[in-house]
Amino acid sequence: MRDIFTIGLLQNTLRTATPVVLAALGIMLTDHVGIMNIGMDGMMLCGAFFAVLGSCFLGSWVAGLGAALACGLILGLFFGLFVIRFKSDEFIIGVALNIFAGGLTVFLLRTIFGVAGAFSGSEALPIHALPRIDIPLIGDIPVLGQLLSGNTLLVYVSWLLVAVLYVLAFHTPLGFWMRATGEHPESLRAAGVSPEAMKYLASILCGLLSGLAGAHLSLGYLTLFAENMSASRGFIAVACCIFGRSNPPKVFLAALLFGFIDALGLRLQSVGVSSNLTSMAPYVVTVVMMVWVVQRGRRRRLGQGKLPDT
Amino acid sequence: MPKEAPIVRFEHISMQFPGVLANDDVSLSVGKGEVFALVGENGAGKSTLMNILYGLNRPTSGRLFIKGREVTRHSPAQAIAMGVGMVHQHFKLVPSFTVSQNILLACEPRKGGFLYDFGEARKRVEALSQTYGLEIDPDARVDELTIGLQQRVEILKTLGRGADVLILDEPTAVLTPQESEELFGVIRRMVQERGMTVIIITHKLYEVMAVSHRVAVMRGGKLVGLHETRDVNQRILAELMVGRNLEEERPERAGAPGEALIRVEGLKVRSDRGLPAVNGLSLTVRAGEILGVAAVEGNGQSELVEAICGMQPIEAGEIWVEGVRVNGMSPGKIRALGLAHVPEDRNATGVSGAASVSDNLLAGRQRERRFAAGGIHMKKKAIRAYVTGLFRRFDIRGAGVSVQAGSLSGGNMQKVVVAREFSADGRCLVVAQPTRGVDIGAQEFIHRCILDKRNAGCAILLVSADLDEVLSLSDRVITLFEGRITGEFTGASIDKQDVGYAMTGGRSGEVGA
Repeated sequence: MRDIFTIGLLQNTLRTATPVVLAALGIMLTDHVGIMNIGMDGMMLCGAFFAVLGSCFLGSWVAGLGAALACGLILGLFFGLFVIRFKSDEFIIGVALNIFAGGLTVFLLRTIFGVAGAFSGSEALPIHALPRIDIPLIGDIPVLGQLLSGNTLLVYVSWLLVAVLYVLAFHTPLGFWMRATGEHPESLRAAGVSPEAMKYLASILCGLLSGLAGAHLSLGYLTLFAENMSASRGFIAVACCIFGRSNPPKVFLAALLFGFIDALGLRLQSVGVSSNLTSMAPYVVTVVMMVWVVQRGRRRRLGQGKLPDT
Repeated sequence: MPKEAPIVRFEHISMQFPGVLANDDVSLSVGKGEVFALVGENGAGKSTLMNILYGLNRPTSGRLFIKGREVTRHSPAQAIAMGVGMVHQHFKLVPSFTVSQNILLACEPRKGGFLYDFGEARKRVEALSQTYGLEIDPDARVDELTIGLQQRVEILKTLGRGADVLILDEPTAVLTPQESEELFGVIRRMVQERGMTVIIITHKLYEVMAVSHRVAVMRGGKLVGLHETRDVNQRILAELMVGRNLEEERPERAGAPGEALIRVEGLKVRSDRGLPAVNGLSLTVRAGEILGVAAVEGNGQSELVEAICGMQPIEAGEIWVEGVRVNGMSPGKIRALGLAHVPEDRNATGVSGAASVSDNLLAGRQRERRFAAGGIHMKKKAIRAYVTGLFRRFDIRGAGVSVQAGSLSGGNMQKVVVAREFSADGRCLVVAQPTRGVDIGAQEFIHRCILDKRNAGCAILLVSADLDEVLSLSDRVITLFEGRITGEFTGASIDKQDVGYAMTGGRSGEVGA
C-alpha cells in the first residue's frame, strides 16, 4: 500500500487529468450552446501533432503551442461551419473528425518525419517541451508544494481556465447568451442576439481548447507524438462534461477523478497487477459515471430525490 | 379613436411558404394608441403577418412601414429598436433562468464592462414591475411559474425593451378566465395611461368585443374585413372568419349511460414538483357519458389525467379501466385496454413536431398487421391510404401528410392529435383541453367528434379550461379545487354561476389566480 499511495500518485493524477480537463471544458462550451462535440478526440490528436510539428520546425515551445492553437481554431471553425451553417448532424461530423484526425496524423507523421508509430525528436529536429514552472514560496511547503509547484505550463492554464470559464458561464451576459442558446435558442433570437453567433463562438473556443489539450499531451505530459496518442481521452472528456453537468468546477472534479483512477492503474501495474486489467480502469470509471448519470436522470423525471441545481 | 398617422402600415404584403401562400396581398394600418384585434381561423395567416412585423419572417413581396419609415432589412433586433415588441403564443423564455435573467436577456446590466450585475438586474425588474403594476418575483425560476405568470414575464420583457407597439399572439389561449380579465386590465391601462398600441391576435370573439377598438378579419391569407369594433358583433365576425354560417344544433344523445368504464377510487397523486396535486379523489365515467371536469388551472386536473393514462405515478388509491386495475401499468398497456388520450399540451406530448404528419397519425398502430408485414416491414401503400383518409376526414389543413407536423399551425396540429386518438378502437377517452388555441371552425368539428364518440357508447372524461365547452358538452360536471371534488352537477339544470363558485373552492370573491 505504501508504494501505491504516494505523493507521486497525486502528481500523476494532476498530470493525467489536465488534457481531459482542457478537452472537457471545450466540450462544455459546445454543450452550453446545445451542440455535443464528440469530435474532441480527433481534434486533440491533431493538436498534439501540430504542437510537435511547430515545436520542431520553428524551434520553440511557443511556436508549438501556437501551431496547436491554430490547428484547433481551424478545426473548430470547420466543425462549426458544418454543424451550424450546413446543419449536418453533429455526431456524424464528430465521428468524421475522429477518423480524419487518425488518418491525417499518421500520414503526416510518415511523410514529414519519416517514421512510423512514434516520433520523439531527433538530433536535427529536437522537440522543445513546455516549460515546468516552479512557484517560489509555495514550492517550499512540504507535500502541497510538490503538488502545486513544478508542473508544466498548461496544468496551471487549465486551473485558470476552470475559474475563467466558470465566471464566463454564470456571471457574464455572454455566458447567459450561450446557455440560452442551448436551452431555448428562440428566446435569444427574439431578444435580438443571434444564437448562431453563439454557436460559432463556442465551436471556436472549443477548438482552441482542443489545441491546448493536444499540446499538453505531446509537449507537456510526454515529449513525443505517437499514433492515436489521444487514446479516447476526448470521449472520456465528454463523459466528464456530462458527469459534471456542464459546470466548470464539477467538470474539473470529474476529470480529476478520471486522472486519479488512471494514475492508480499505472501504480498498480508497478506492483504487479496485470496491465490488461489496470488499463481498463479509466474506461470502467467512465461507464460507471454514465450509469450514474442515467439513474439520476430517471430519478429526476419521476420527480423524486431532486438534486440541487447548478 | 386616434386618427393620427398610422404607427404600423402593411402595403400589399404577400408571404409564400413552401406549399402555402400564408399572406395574400394584405394591406392595413394600425393607429397609435389603439387596441387592434386580428382574428381568423387557424392558418389564416395572422401569426405570419405579425411575424413579418416583428422581423421573424421576411415577406415575399410588399412593403412595411413602422412609424412612417419603410423597413427593408427587417429583423427582431431592428423591430425592438423601433419599439415593436411581441409576446408569442409559445413563450420565448429560457426555462432554467430566473425572471430577471429572462426579462433582461440581451440587455443585461453590467459591471466592469463584462460581468453580469445581479443586484442591478433585480432593481431594474422590480422598478419595471412597479411602473406597470405587474407583480412578479424577480428571482423565481421561470419553469416554476404558472403559465399566467410566465406570460407576465414575457410582457415585462417586451416593455423593458422600450416597446410602445405590443403584439400579443393569442394571449388568452393558455390563461384562466381570471387571468384573462387581469390581462385585459393591463392592456387597457397600457393604452390609456401610456399611449401604447396593442395588436392582439385571438380566436375568442367576445375578447375582441371586450377589449379592441378596431378589428381585422383574415381568412386563407387574405384580409376579408376591417371594422370599428362598435360597428360589428360576434355573429358578423364569426361569419367573416369561417366564410359560412355556423351550425348550432348538436346531435341528440342516444340512450342512457351504461356500465362504468373508467373508475377512480381515493386517488392521490403528486405533481412534478412533488407537491400534493390530487387529494383523495373518486369518480366514475360510464359508457355513453361525458364527464366534464371544471377547474382553474393547477387544481389537480392535469395530474388526474396523467395518472389515469399511466404518465404520473400514483401515490394512493386505485384506477380501473375497462374493469382492469391499471395502477403502475405503462401508458402503452393502458392504451391497449382501450383508452385513448388527447393530452393537454400538444407540443410536448401530443405530436412529435420533427416527425411527419403521416408518422404522427400512424403512431401507436405501426405494428398492426395491416400496416406492417410481420410487425416489421412497413406497408407504405396501406399506411398512405390510411393516413390520407384521416387527413381528409378530419379536415387537416397543411401541405400534405409528408410535411413535418411541427410546421402545421396550432389548430391543425390539434386536429392531428384528435384524428389519431379518436380513430382508436377503444371505448375510453380522456380528453384534455381539446380546443385550446383552436379556431371556431375546428372547435365545432372537434366538439362534434366528441359527441359522436359519446353516442357510439364511449366513456369520455373531458377536462377543459374553457368553462363553456365543459358545460355545453358534458352530461355530468364535477368541479375540482386543490385536488378535491367540490361539486357535482347533472343534466340541464347546471348553472354557470354555481359551477364557477364551486371551482374557486366555494369562496366567492377570492377568484384571483
